[in-house]
Amino acid sequence: MKNNIRAKAFFAIPYISWLAVFVIVPIGLLIYQSLTNAQGHFTLANFHEFITSSVYLPMAFNSVFYALIITTITFIISFPAAYVLSRLKHRQLWLMLIILPTWINVLLKTYAFLGLLSKSGLINQLLLTLGFGTHNLLFNHVSFIFVAVYLELPFMLLPIYNSINEIDTDILKASRDLGAKPINTLRQLVLPLSINGIKSGIQAVFIPSLSLFMLTTLIGGNKVMTLGSAIELHFIVTQNWHMGSTIAIILILAMAVTMYFTRERGKQK
Amino acid sequence: MQKKILGNSYVLLIMVLLYIPIIFLVAYSFNSGTIMSGWSGFSFIHYQQLFADTRLLKILLDTFILAISSATIAAFIGTIGALFLDSFHNKKNLNVFSSLNNVLLVSPDVTIGVSFLILFTILGFSLGFVSVLISHIAFSIPIVLLMVLPRLREMDNTLIIAARDLGANRGTILSQIVIPEIWPSIMAGFLLALTYSLDDFAVTFFVTGNGFSTLSVEIYSRARQGVSLEINALSALMFAVSLLLVLAYYLYTTYSDKKARLTK
Repeated sequence: MKNNIRAKAFFAIPYISWLAVFVIVPIGLLIYQSLTNAQGHFTLANFHEFITSSVYLPMAFNSVFYALIITTITFIISFPAAYVLSRLKHRQLWLMLIILPTWINVLLKTYAFLGLLSKSGLINQLLLTLGFGTHNLLFNHVSFIFVAVYLELPFMLLPIYNSINEIDTDILKASRDLGAKPINTLRQLVLPLSINGIKSGIQAVFIPSLSLFMLTTLIGGNKVMTLGSAIELHFIVTQNWHMGSTIAIILILAMAVTMYFTRERGKQK
Repeated sequence: MQKKILGNSYVLLIMVLLYIPIIFLVAYSFNSGTIMSGWSGFSFIHYQQLFADTRLLKILLDTFILAISSATIAAFIGTIGALFLDSFHNKKNLNVFSSLNNVLLVSPDVTIGVSFLILFTILGFSLGFVSVLISHIAFSIPIVLLMVLPRLREMDNTLIIAARDLGANRGTILSQIVIPEIWPSIMAGFLLALTYSLDDFAVTFFVTGNGFSTLSVEIYSRARQGVSLEINALSALMFAVSLLLVLAYYLYTTYSDKKARLTK
């Protein structure tokens, strides 16, 4: 029996100490920082400032707004693609081809767009030859959304594909045989049956979109402010860790709300 | 039929769009000019520059050392954690631990980065290779656990019971039965942790000091100063490495799947 307890402790100690030091303590520290001021006194001033100042709340709404746009666009592109993919012959190969770009460093992919979208870059050359003239494509809201959609697309596509792939094709055939219009089959069968994949896709795109901060500097030209870039600003540039932690807590709350609304409901498989 | 062609060309278009930036990067690494536009002719000059840039090469080496060591240690602690969680029979306790485990998986990387930064600062820990290593281990452990725990749960207990009946002690059961059985999932967790570490930017950005840099952080600071085709050469090499890793992972999983099916 004693041996049993010793053995259990051997397995428990490294894991539990990891949980304590790197999961529980950091969250505690963030909360502590957000509830104190520079003198170390407890105060709600940071949260009060977040809500009342003309800077923070609009910035937060802006960030949520951009994340919503990015999530919506990736969904609109991904859903039909996932459906077509699930009907293809060499599905595994196509899937590998979609996963492969996600293995390439995000910074490198972002860097590619600095060249693609630059004044004399490929896209502008194309626009010029088509007779549209050259434009400033970099450092604005559109380029930010465009590159974010590019980076996040596979993370929306894969879960939706997985859930559509699990749908029994006989159900879809039955629906067609019984005279349902394609739009009805889509609305009443494919969408409800793939809802869990859609929800995980939304989680995988919406939450990172709130926190992207290297994109706002490299591609957005600091014209877009996300919760993530606000946190970076407070921790690295202005060194106001208390306000930075407050924004981090807001980001965690936003994540929790997103997770709540996209949780899997209904009967378990 | 027409619909099918439409659908297929749609997927093809997405594929092309996904790969254009990558192909573009790789193609311009062979440009003899200095910017990512126009074409001045084919040359290996940026690769020569890359191999002469000792600072960048050191960062590349550091990035790989960091990834391999953090993934190894995370695979070890993650497996131990999975064995610990597997010993729970009370579902409620297990749920508490699983949700704590998932905190770092779902948290935005920025918040992980800043909370670790606060932690290191309060502990008076100096920022550098070790702080980055510890952070990478910390965010990789739940990934390993996520891969290993389901495999442990699926495991057939009769083998263990039989071994115990035959007088095997805990250590023997662990090393002769349990570890070989879950080995593929430990490897999968290791590889996943490796890619997470190689790809991480946000966490590293906050916990790295002045003296230490990883590839992502270096590209970030260089890209802010403008385009340099040396980075293109580097990304071409990185792309080749990713391809190799994917291939290794693919071959490994299909091989172990096949083996599992054969032994069953």
